[in-house]
Amino acid sequence: MSDFLGDITGDFIIPIVILVALLLAGAWSTWLERRILAWWQDRLGPNRVGPFGLLQVVADMIKIFTKEDWIPPFADKVLFVIAPMIVMIMMMLGFAIIPFAPGIQIAHFDNGLLFLLAISSLSVYSIMLAGFSSNSKYALLGAMRTAAQMLSYEVFMGLAIMGIVIVADSFSLSKIVEAQADMWFIIAQPLGFFLFLFAGIAESHRAPFDLPEAETEIVAGFHTEYASMKFGMFFIGEYLGVILISALITTLYFGGWQGPWLPPLLWFILKTSFFVLFFILLRAAIPRPRYDQLMAFGWYILLPLALLNLLVTAAWQLAPTL
Amino acid sequence: MIEVLFFIAAAVALISAAMTVTAHNAVHGLLYLVVTMLAISLIFFLLGSPFAAALQVIVYAGAIMVLFIFVTMMLHQGEKSLLEEKQLFQISGSIGAFLLSAVLLVELVYVLAGFASPQLINGSEGYFTIQTITVKELGIQLYGPYQLLVVIAAMMLLSALISAIHIARRQKNPMQADEEGDQTL
Repeated sequence: MSDFLGDITGDFIIPIVILVALLLAGAWSTWLERRILAWWQDRLGPNRVGPFGLLQVVADMIKIFTKEDWIPPFADKVLFVIAPMIVMIMMMLGFAIIPFAPGIQIAHFDNGLLFLLAISSLSVYSIMLAGFSSNSKYALLGAMRTAAQMLSYEVFMGLAIMGIVIVADSFSLSKIVEAQADMWFIIAQPLGFFLFLFAGIAESHRAPFDLPEAETEIVAGFHTEYASMKFGMFFIGEYLGVILISALITTLYFGGWQGPWLPPLLWFILKTSFFVLFFILLRAAIPRPRYDQLMAFGWYILLPLALLNLLVTAAWQLAPTL
Repeated sequence: MIEVLFFIAAAVALISAAMTVTAHNAVHGLLYLVVTMLAISLIFFLLGSPFAAALQVIVYAGAIMVLFIFVTMMLHQGEKSLLEEKQLFQISGSIGAFLLSAVLLVELVYVLAGFASPQLINGSEGYFTIQTITVKELGIQLYGPYQLLVVIAAMMLLSALISAIHIARRQKNPMQADEEGDQTL
């Protein structure tokens, strides 16, 4: 009987709790971002609805659900509807392999990092399809920038992660966390961390790398034609992406759930929240580069550094065996 | 269980491959091709090679197909190209291809039917004997017996890269000399 209960908890309850918690976290980080950003910019931000404006999200949701769900007549209707779903599904799938705490992990997948790279390379479709199906100039421009940006930065992300794989000797995220019991990988892989950070920002297309939706140049980029909850899905998907990248930075470079005194899950949440705040600070602090600057930065600076990092890490790992 | 999953994935792969050929809208066709890639990836995974499955998604579905769609999106002209596509596609023109694929299909069914009776494979109980190949084993194979092939493939990719850069390089033209660095997409 206890086995049965254990199976039920492991197979159903934990994933559902994680799913709901993530959706709530994704929704409430919109509030967090507006509030914190406002503080850093010497404003107040949304503070009217509920204590500290916490219920602003609820008000936004009511608004966004009751808006007219408009599909432009010139759009490719099927793709237009599918596109926002892809980003939500992909981001949610990405969380399946994150070890939140010992035992709290949806899928104990040995090749977790490969799965993650696959997820991140498939999520580009949501933006490309949104841009294509909208059938409008600005959306298409945004989609093209996205395709180039995400394809390029995926390369550096993969190369940066390979450094971790060499040091930890595993593709499994829970093993990578366990390997960091004595020393966080930020110490072993400082260069890899910065590469992963840059690539992560570009993959989640957040400011300063938010060229797909650069509102000062191309209206709102790929989601120009979107309204109502379909726009909301892109929005929540973007925040889920930020949380996913933050969770990954925590897992890969900052020891995951490991930490003294506090319970593991709390450590994980604290570390992840720190990086979410860092993402928001970046948006407040750094201006957006030009498109060709972004691509040149990737291929001329990040790629050689990523290869160098890989080479040095591999040499370092092999040196004792020679 | 694995057999059922295999046949579902195989059916998805076949149907979406057929849709790729018959779709009038080029982008829709490419998206069906992406679905085919994903189905093939699942088949690799079921047959015990998670690394090949991941590469199938990362490289084919996630990079090459994105570039295909990228180009098609740029050249797509809405209704006009749809009409052109419709005129281009004629059943009569593809009878040969359908016949040849039908031969392959019959062969495939024959082979699978052979596997369906377990005694044909010595001692194994199902359709497949699945041994999961870890990434480590694969790496040892690639950098051991197949080292030369890896190097040759690397050289080929490098030469392709260099020629691509050469083609893409702008011709130095005195009229456009001050256009340097003005590359906005």
